Amino acid sequence: MEQSKTIQIYENMLLMRRFEEETGRLYMEGAIRGFCHLYIGEEAVAAGTISCLSEKDYIITHYRDHGHALARGIDPKNVMSELMGKSDGTSAGKGGSMHIFDVSKRFMGGHAIVGGQLPIACGLGFSSKYKEEDSVVLCFLGDGAVNEGEFHESLNLASLWKLPILFCLENNLYGMGTHVNKTRSSGENIYKIADSYNIPSLQVDGMDVIEVEKATQESIEKIKSGQGPIFMEALCYRFRGHSMADPSSYRKSQEVKNWQKNDPIIKFERFLINQNIIDQKQILKIKENVDSEVEKSIEFAQNSPDPKIESLFENVYKNE
Amino acid sequence: MNNLTLRESIKKGLIEALESDPNVFLMGEDIGEYNGAYAVTSGLLKQFGPKRIIDTPISESVILGTGIGSAATGLRPIIEIMTINFLLLAFDQLINHAAKLRYMSNGQLEVPLVLRTVTGGGAQLGATHSQSFEGWLASVPGLKVVCPSTPKDALGLFRTSMKQKDPVVFAEHALLYGVRGDVPDKFYEIPFGKADIKRPGNKVTIISYSGMVRTCIQASEFLSKNFNFECEVIDLRTLRPLDFETIIKSVKKTGRAVVVEEAWKTGGFGANISETIQLEAFDYLDSPVIRIASEDVPAPYNRKLELDTMPSEQKIVTAIKQNFSI
Ligand SMILES: Cc1ncc(C[n+]2csc(CCOP(=O)(O)OP(=O)(O)O)c2C)c(N)n1
Ligand SMILES: [Mg+2]
Repeated sequence: MEQSKTIQIYENMLLMRRFEEETGRLYMEGAIRGFCHLYIGEEAVAAGTISCLSEKDYIITHYRDHGHALARGIDPKNVMSELMGKSDGTSAGKGGSMHIFDVSKRFMGGHAIVGGQLPIACGLGFSSKYKEEDSVVLCFLGDGAVNEGEFHESLNLASLWKLPILFCLENNLYGMGTHVNKTRSSGENIYKIADSYNIPSLQVDGMDVIEVEKATQESIEKIKSGQGPIFMEALCYRFRGHSMADPSSYRKSQEVKNWQKNDPIIKFERFLINQNIIDQKQILKIKENVDSEVEKSIEFAQNSPDPKIESLFENVYKNE
Repeated sequence: MNNLTLRESIKKGLIEALESDPNVFLMGEDIGEYNGAYAVTSGLLKQFGPKRIIDTPISESVILGTGIGSAATGLRPIIEIMTINFLLLAFDQLINHAAKLRYMSNGQLEVPLVLRTVTGGGAQLGATHSQSFEGWLASVPGLKVVCPSTPKDALGLFRTSMKQKDPVVFAEHALLYGVRGDVPDKFYEIPFGKADIKRPGNKVTIISYSGMVRTCIQASEFLSKNFNFECEVIDLRTLRPLDFETIIKSVKKTGRAVVVEEAWKTGGFGANISETIQLEAFDYLDSPVIRIASEDVPAPYNRKLELDTMPSEQKIVTAIKQNFSI
């Protein structure tokens, strides 16, 4: 990995973390409402994969989408405004946390119905192939989504038609409060499921951004050569509850603590220092910059006006 | 009398059902270890064990299908679909199968299952998580649709649901779970197809169900206090079967009708009611039947916008004042 990219990834992971710590705080204060799912702990997956995409590649994801959006370079000001339901939000306050879109960045949405993004990913891949655009689709999904029929229909079609899709399974071991071992006989090795669809697959340590980045880079090259989809399982863990409404009674605090010892950001930071890529001083500087960017995004969102009541009916259909 | 929340009264019904029949079991996503997305089934896994409180994968279609197959062979499943929005993934099983098996098999099969789900908006959950489809479901022959608005009704209707020999959709409004009400200690049931007059009045009949009943009562209290104008509020309680008798009787008395529902206006369930009133009580009506429903727009996340799409006390009061010149 080039040095500049390495540092960019580090900054990006910090941004996700700080942004969401503040998101959690703002939720408790009531400034953000509805369902809100934090990505804290899983940052290496978004940062490692999305940093390998070009502008013309597509991303489609689930409702745990703040991290993906920030990794794609969507301005935190607009993401924060959306979380607060403001007119400067990515969907002008109509979408909310679970439905972040920025089509200018080919960020094709957070989708809040489990599995709902998978068939659409096939459409994005189909379109790319049809138009001979050479765009790859990066489609995120959770371990829970694997059990929906839409998952199986999508994998079959993607394989059959050799659609250029990288399925990135974020296996954080839980679908809401239910452990994967209780919902899949293959539990923590879900990637093997791709075999039955003739899709090459791999498993990576989703807490290790370098490994994620390397695997993604290689996978995307293969997909661009026209061989069809690839299925990548990233083993990871969310440090916070499923959503802000989650009492988290189904897992032991010791389990969470053990995973936190493996914090992807701290791990990467150590690597950067050990490899002499950056020093403590630079790290402090980066942290300051990130903090200030997050602060600015909050201030911006707080000052952004509520959407006008007249906008309510806009975009149900094309406004003629 | 017990003072219970709607959540507690439904849980009471679940416990009774589990205790009274070993063939009753609960199945759904996160109902056990997580204690239920809306905490209705909280503690039941501990109390009844994993054979009868079954956590499933996120697979709405096969959850419901398993319910159908097991109901058709003598078990008494209570299926929880986390919210009515996710029920869309099981529509095929519900509408093409559960609702049809008795008819297509000419009575050889029956599907006595209770499908509990959560309906409604108003919590800033955005377009995919704020919908009310119980009206759609009520248009499907073969299904029965229950929409309680109070803890007492919920328990009485749940008991009756468990006695049905056909599939019942039991739609619980998310914003009602914490609402309290008196629930008799003495055993009672509430029959299907029997609407309830939640507030007597003589000037206008307001017909509603589920989460909107509360709003209609609030609007009526306001009109009573400020204008001495007494509305009669009818809570349908079940959409199918539907109690037209109570509606028509009331409208013949008041001469005016307002139908209030949370679903989108176009194609809303209230249109059926309004049609029947105009047919059955035309000569008694002093003015056209008014319908108040949600605007034909997906639910926006922003609070102000979302509230603007939904019927409210204010909107009901305004409509009644304008249309009936008070
Ligand atoms: C079709 C559908 N069923 C149920 C839900 C409720 N729900 C939201 S997230 C979730 C768990 C999903 O888990 P997973 O796919 O592992 O993703 P994670 O939240 O762990 O990132 C459930 C059951 C939903 N949104 N859509
Ligand atoms: Mg998961």
